[in-house]
Amino acid sequence: MAGLQYSVFIVVSLIALGAAVSLVLSRNAVHSALFLVGVLLALAVLFLLQGAFLVAVLQIIVYAGAIMVLFVFVVMLLGIDKQEALTETLASQRPLAIGLGLLLAAEAIYLGVTQHIHVHSVSTVAQQLPGESNVTAVARDLFTSWALPFEATSVLLIVAVVGVMVLARRKTT
Amino acid sequence: MKVPGALYLILSALLFTIGAIGVLVRRNVLVMFMCIELMLNAVNLSFVTFGRMLHDLTGQIAVFFVLVVAAAEVVVGLAIIVSIFRRRASADADQISLLKW
Repeated sequence: MAGLQYSVFIVVSLIALGAAVSLVLSRNAVHSALFLVGVLLALAVLFLLQGAFLVAVLQIIVYAGAIMVLFVFVVMLLGIDKQEALTETLASQRPLAIGLGLLLAAEAIYLGVTQHIHVHSVSTVAQQLPGESNVTAVARDLFTSWALPFEATSVLLIVAVVGVMVLARRKTT
Repeated sequence: MKVPGALYLILSALLFTIGAIGVLVRRNVLVMFMCIELMLNAVNLSFVTFGRMLHDLTGQIAVFFVLVVAAAEVVVGLAIIVSIFRRRASADADQISLLKW
């Protein structure tokens, strides 16, 4: 059972990393979108592996479903321009970006490995009670401690919808 | 035995870095946008991992809010890209330099 979790983790994280690298490297925007779907599904499996069932399902429905449909739709709408200018306006940007990116990765990995996270004050945080499902526990916390931010998200979504309607409207007058 | 959280954090850091490099290296606006989504997802992974390490559900609540904000951001961002494309028929970030000094 222990080996199973490890092997699932290793396979899925290799898929995620490979798809992410291919996303950046692929010429075609549709291929990039498909590789992004691969990353999102792999991350959903990793959420499942950590017991975050609600988040995993939301990841598949909202991200891999709704958001990616929107991406693919816009790629199709705009047409795919395969030729991307390889000459940079800033000559040093590309090597500098890769170098600084590797530095960022090294720093983040160093912090993730060396910093030990201490478990303390367990009684004050939102916990999953024994025998309670993940969905129930998250919903209880979301609708009690986080009720006001939750309502604020509905305002945000309405603002986004109105903004998109204003942006996408053709001026007919 | 569960997979230690540090491995998840390393994976999250690598995905975030790939996304950041992608935003800096690519010129296609749509691909840059996808790389931003990749970075958001890498952070989501570390939220869930920290939540598991601390036995706290607040990490998953944070992921929920990130999802909502990402959805709104994608919708508005893609609408902006579409209206830019209508105006100048190009999805190249270097061409959008009207405000550049």
